[in-house]
Amino acid sequence: MSGTDHQGNGIPHLPSERLLIKGGRVVNDDLSQYADVYVEDGLIKQVGDNLEVPDDVRVLEVNGGLVIPGGIDVNTCLMKPHLGCPPVDDFYLGSRAALAGGTTMIIDHVTPQPGDSLLEAFERWQESADRKCCCDYSLHVDLPHWHPGVKDELEVLVQEKGINSFQVYMSYKDSLQMTDSQLYEVFSVLKELGAVVMLHAENGDLIAQEQRKVLSLGITGPEGHPLSHPEEVLEAEAVFRAITIGNRVNCPVYITKVMSKTAADTITLARRRGSVVFGEPITASLATDGSHYWSKNWAKAAAYVTSPPLSPDPTTPEHLHDLLACGDLQVVGSAHCAYSTSQKAIGKDDFTLIPEGTNGIEERMGFVWDKAVATGKMDENQFVAVTSTNAAKIFNLYPRKGRIAVGSDADIVIWDPDRTKTITSKLQQSALEYNIFEGMVCRGGPVVVVTQGRVVYEEGEGLRVQQGSGRFIPRQAFPDYAYQRITTRSKVKGKQGVSRGMYDGPVYDVLATPKYITPSPSAKTSPTSQQPPPIRNLHQSNFSLSGAQFDDNIPRRSGQRIVAPPGGRSNITNLG
Amino acid sequence: MSGHSYQGKKNIPKITSDRLLVKGGRIVNDDQSFYADIYMEDGVIKQIGDNLIVPGGIKTIEANGKMVIPGGIDNHTHFQMPYRGTTTVDDFSQGTKAALAGGTTMIVDHVIPEPGSSLIEAFEQWRSWADEKTCCDYSLHVDITHWSDSVKQEVDTLLKEKGVNSFQVYMAYKDFYQMSNSELYEIFTFLGEMGGIVQVHAENGEIIAEEQARMLEMGITGPEGHVLSRPEELEAEAVFRAITIASQTNCPLYVTRVMSKSAADIISQARKKGNVVFGEPITASLGTDGTHYWSKNWAKAASFVTSPPLSPDPTTPDYLNTLLASGDLNVTGSAHCTFSVAQKAIGKDDFTQIPEGVNGVEERMSLIWEKAVTTGKMDENMFVAVTSTNAAKILNLYPRKGRIAVGSDADLVIWDSDAVRTITAKTHNSAAEYNVFEGMELRGAPSVVICQGKLVLEDGNLHATSGVGRFIPCTPFPDFAYKRIKARKQLAILRAVPRGMYDGPVSDFSPMSRGGTPSASARTSPTKQPVRNLHHSGFSLAGPPTTEDVPIRPAGRRIVVPPGGRSNITSLS
Repeated sequence: MSGTDHQGNGIPHLPSERLLIKGGRVVNDDLSQYADVYVEDGLIKQVGDNLEVPDDVRVLEVNGGLVIPGGIDVNTCLMKPHLGCPPVDDFYLGSRAALAGGTTMIIDHVTPQPGDSLLEAFERWQESADRKCCCDYSLHVDLPHWHPGVKDELEVLVQEKGINSFQVYMSYKDSLQMTDSQLYEVFSVLKELGAVVMLHAENGDLIAQEQRKVLSLGITGPEGHPLSHPEEVLEAEAVFRAITIGNRVNCPVYITKVMSKTAADTITLARRRGSVVFGEPITASLATDGSHYWSKNWAKAAAYVTSPPLSPDPTTPEHLHDLLACGDLQVVGSAHCAYSTSQKAIGKDDFTLIPEGTNGIEERMGFVWDKAVATGKMDENQFVAVTSTNAAKIFNLYPRKGRIAVGSDADIVIWDPDRTKTITSKLQQSALEYNIFEGMVCRGGPVVVVTQGRVVYEEGEGLRVQQGSGRFIPRQAFPDYAYQRITTRSKVKGKQGVSRGMYDGPVYDVLATPKYITPSPSAKTSPTSQQPPPIRNLHQSNFSLSGAQFDDNIPRRSGQRIVAPPGGRSNITNLG
Repeated sequence: MSGHSYQGKKNIPKITSDRLLVKGGRIVNDDQSFYADIYMEDGVIKQIGDNLIVPGGIKTIEANGKMVIPGGIDNHTHFQMPYRGTTTVDDFSQGTKAALAGGTTMIVDHVIPEPGSSLIEAFEQWRSWADEKTCCDYSLHVDITHWSDSVKQEVDTLLKEKGVNSFQVYMAYKDFYQMSNSELYEIFTFLGEMGGIVQVHAENGEIIAEEQARMLEMGITGPEGHVLSRPEELEAEAVFRAITIASQTNCPLYVTRVMSKSAADIISQARKKGNVVFGEPITASLGTDGTHYWSKNWAKAASFVTSPPLSPDPTTPDYLNTLLASGDLNVTGSAHCTFSVAQKAIGKDDFTQIPEGVNGVEERMSLIWEKAVTTGKMDENMFVAVTSTNAAKILNLYPRKGRIAVGSDADLVIWDSDAVRTITAKTHNSAAEYNVFEGMELRGAPSVVICQGKLVLEDGNLHATSGVGRFIPCTPFPDFAYKRIKARKQLAILRAVPRGMYDGPVSDFSPMSRGGTPSASARTSPTKQPVRNLHHSGFSLAGPPTTEDVPIRPAGRRIVVPPGGRSNITSLS
């Protein structure tokens, strides 16, 4: 595997590498087959046996190893500032770490501050990523606020900029949080545009209350974070509410950072009832738990602070893997957002100020293999689905990404299921001085990583990436995977009123100012009871309240309009 | 049973010494049934047993082996409720007469203060209306329609001095009664401390407002718009949220008007997880469904309008009766709130203006008997529990109410499980011109009703007297709800982790962040080296936390100048 060092320090414009991956088992989400893969110009040109290829291609002998589509990490925050501090892993360091773990595409969150222009923020992120990112990337845009002007920006982003997913927050009261009415409007607008609504699902009102309570008890350390974000209830509550709103608007809902059993179960139940909802557990929730918040070591405890918090229930990772394996959760992100210990220490006297985020971009694929495939919960095809294919489908990148097929991008990983690795911050790509998975042994990892048709990582030789070589991949609106059902439902679920004859009975006079001064039974002396005959007649004629509605087909006297209704016209005119 | 009319209609409401003997009945309480005679005096049950020694010449009622059950308690009524300058057509007299005719001997009405007005004034107002007219004992729930410190003070007074232990809050009616999550949290916390029961009208008002606007925009103005704009998942969502808040604040929760399967399921699941939550289906949700909203007859469709709406799923009543039988739902109310057709017609051009409410106070007990007991879902003891005993327990009136026992109030009903009657607006005791159960045949009806030790229903004749009803004060901390809550409070104390001070470097940060500089400034911050040291020294992230009971630095060895330099720290304060 003597690599012809193609990139090195060259200019970003790269010569096309021609590559033949020989003798591997190609694993897609639907089937595995033994086949060779020929790559040219960054694209997969041929898949099959006995390929006819030029002579001067580089040949990678895989010897029966797994050849899988490169991973797609749908949730990274490589530029999300906390009180002005950017995370220590920027697009360069973050994408390096991604590649080292077998992830060949990331989708980062653009996080404008309330009041910022979405477009400007987007351009800032894109500019930075274009300069630094070493793998292909795309961007989600988070909505920090909602007003009519945002709608125009959304249109531009969807229709011109290639963004089809937007995150809204149900938490972070008085800053990012949206009310239910705003959520309803955002969902409606995004549905029109054909975008996927992503939700940070936690009940921010209650968190604010709980934080106050926990601080007032004198709890200022990181354990206050999970105590004030009791996942069992607040996360599940918000997930439930988000799904409810999604159902009402008939809009696909994507829950980012599924951290707890109850939240995952809520998603499962909603899917059973037919809701179009996707759930994204993250590396941290799949591999570790929240017992560490009670560590006596402040820096360690703070390292785990993320929102929603890791569940203190140590059986959570198993449960989430079970749901990933059976398809109730679909996508694995990392929510990689790396703040150094000194940044975390901003909240040393008040846990509410600790910057939120954990690492996981490099470890993501390894832990899913270790905890789900190596334990027999999941097969290799489902592994590909949850680490790559489903993400590509939901965000409309499929089959360009997420599949090994002729015409797809040459983002390929050769995966060694037997490799074991001990996670340690000393050997990681991230600039963090800690790793929340420190000391964990992980089976399964990449041997070779190919992105854009170039070998960027080989076991033993390390990374050979080029800063800025990553391309922005625009995404079209209306991804089929999310929207096909939605579109059909919109068509069939049109609501119709009942066509009835006009109600022409007496109408009670309403006072403009609703004051209940007169407790006298004024209704008894209202025009209704003064004129009982019309109503009784009405009742006896065809006003039957028995179960079967035999009269339903006969509109009430629709032909015979009564000009002066029995109750007197005055009652009606008052209603305007 | 030759009754010489014991308390003629013209009698003054002075309580004379009434003595009554019920002979040969089968007493059915929520825990057991047994044959015994009951002797009552002065409105209280004095003796229970066989061969009682009683004074001569007292009136004796032969039960002939029929069931004798505690009188029903209807935990949810709206009699004489003001609505936009009018009131519901059943006042406290008419309403309690209907209650008695159906075997209910106590009602609990909702006081609904106008937002902004005084809770106590509204409470006193309701008291005066009810004292003047009720024919049976009553209590009051007070609805909290707005929230402020003064309201909090009033709630405190109502709880401690006025005999109110349950308060309803609204999650619907945006910009009117609706409370925000934060307000709910505060109310729940407060009532949880004071021993009150939080009742909740659970529907997501914000989404309803959006959906209503959408329906009207689509040109749907009839009563079907009501149910279309309030789909049952909005009820389920709010129930879920209310349970979440209650569980956070460790406060017992009572969900009024459980109308749909999904809301009932949420309650059922929450109970399985250990939440202290009670669900109250109402007569209408147990007896009929929401298909009628699509009736071509506007007046009929409008008569079913209530919130949350009846579910259009016709299997809902059966399902709710099953959960009632299994104990997942606990209490039944009627939510009796009747408007005339002319009053309903206020909303003839706009369903959002239709006054909300259905009848059910009279039909409640028979309907449950018909739907749950005769079908074999529920036994007679459970029937007593859901129609009377559980309500008494939640109101903290047990065993004075809700049980046939020596010392309990003489509110009891001889129940004829074979009587069949057909519900119709022509014969019902409500003043409404319609009945949402019109035409239903119900088995099971009271043959004798005794209220406050007086015979008020016998041989089909109702002899109720307005104004004899007493206000029954409810005290806080009912055991049924609070025993568990109290135990949990002691367990649920949050504790901080004792650690040495974090004395490492702290990043500089600007509170007015714009996220402007995407440069890797953190890389060049003073943090890097010192942090590495910290890490190598004792900062191990491996393994379970139990292994590291020792703080990295003993708390005694305070470092005066931290490695990152003091400047980082001072900029924080």
